[in-house]
Amino acid sequence: MQLISLSFFDLALASIAVLALAATTAAMRLSITRTLLIAALRTTAQLALVGLVLEAVFAQRAFIWIAAMALVMLLLAGREAAARQSRRFTGGYGFAAGTLSMFVSSFVTAVLTLIVVIRVEPWYTPQYAIPLLGMLLGNTMTGIALALDRLTQNAWRDATVIEARLALGARAGEAIADIRADAMRAGMIPMLNAMAAAGIISLPGMMTGQILAGSPPWEAVKYQILIMFLIATGTGFGTLAAVSLGSRRLFDARHRLRLDRLRAA
Amino acid sequence: MFSARQLAIGDAGPIDFSLPAGGFLALSGPSGAGKTRLLRAMADLDAHTGACYLDDREAADFEAPEWRRQVMFLPSEAAWWADTAGAHMPRNDASLKTWLAALDLDPALLERPLSRLSSGQRQRLALLRLLAREPRVLLLDEPTANLDADNIARVEQLTRDYCRERHACCVWVGHDHGQLHRMADQHRALDSGGRITCN
Repeated sequence: MQLISLSFFDLALASIAVLALAATTAAMRLSITRTLLIAALRTTAQLALVGLVLEAVFAQRAFIWIAAMALVMLLLAGREAAARQSRRFTGGYGFAAGTLSMFVSSFVTAVLTLIVVIRVEPWYTPQYAIPLLGMLLGNTMTGIALALDRLTQNAWRDATVIEARLALGARAGEAIADIRADAMRAGMIPMLNAMAAAGIISLPGMMTGQILAGSPPWEAVKYQILIMFLIATGTGFGTLAAVSLGSRRLFDARHRLRLDRLRAA
Repeated sequence: MFSARQLAIGDAGPIDFSLPAGGFLALSGPSGAGKTRLLRAMADLDAHTGACYLDDREAADFEAPEWRRQVMFLPSEAAWWADTAGAHMPRNDASLKTWLAALDLDPALLERPLSRLSSGQRQRLALLRLLAREPRVLLLDEPTANLDADNIARVEQLTRDYCRERHACCVWVGHDHGQLHRMADQHRALDSGGRITCN
């Protein structure tokens, strides 16, 4: 099968459908039209930009450029995860905890996979490294954002319960154990759902893309299974790390609950 | 045995006192004066200035949870994390049964959902939840606020008995001056600005 290249005219045709949707929502006064158009423009501009960057990085194949791109992706993911918190940590701690957790889990998982599983030479070959890292970061970011949000919201809501346990002599870790476990589960649920639904309810995007690009379905499936395992690992360990760092920050050395380290919603 | 030196938190205090084993300190003052904050500072639940001592050993020399196991704070409205009061009790032994009887509480209440108990029952169970951990200093914040006269007398009696038998001491925050006179051998009053006005 041959890859059918899309022309700009083809994309313009597809955009007519989005404009039709925008016109309909405007007629129905859903006050979402502006957001929809801006989102459509953003997706076009951002993907076009990343396409140019990828073309350049793929042409260069220099480690330093790939590393720079990975770093930018990481920082943007960290910023996005922090921005999704309704009660953020003060002083950029949420950004730092999220970014560090994503760095450890996503980068370690990606690099190990490139070296041990895919065994591509050199291991940082951009066609493999960048998409792999992108998918890992995207999913880990979602997990960490959800988990930290759940952690801080529940700690705020259940402050009297946490303090009741502290007052009775519990250690900080015991006092927040339930909330911490709940937050960790919350961060992993999207990943568990994605694994459970894969292939039955949804055809994963990467596999679909590979098939569209002409890969035999069986090859696409094997890559998709690999990716699912990596996402599970990356999201799982990333969430555990972020929640551990976050819940530690909610207490000081005297095992006092420090909600003043959260910004009000 | 339990003492505070220049203990202050925000506008409240500074307060100084020294309680022997079995000693009873009453703390009174208008709402918002900082009585609760001072109790929380004694339990080291909030950052504060000054210091508290147990047997001449400063709070900072204890690990914080260890300090709070001995100097235990009972908030005026206790929060519960499990469905029944029984699940909050560290053990179910003879003294818990005696205390339940002393507060006119049916042991079956321990297994009943907390949401089905009255506020007075929950308040007495919260006191037992604290006593069952056998602290040496009780920091009680309006422990009889939701109780009728009979139960007020029972709580006062149990607290006195506990302190005498276990050589513990108590800081009691309340509004009822008759009660504070009955119970306490020392008294500190806060004015609305949080300063100590009488000794």
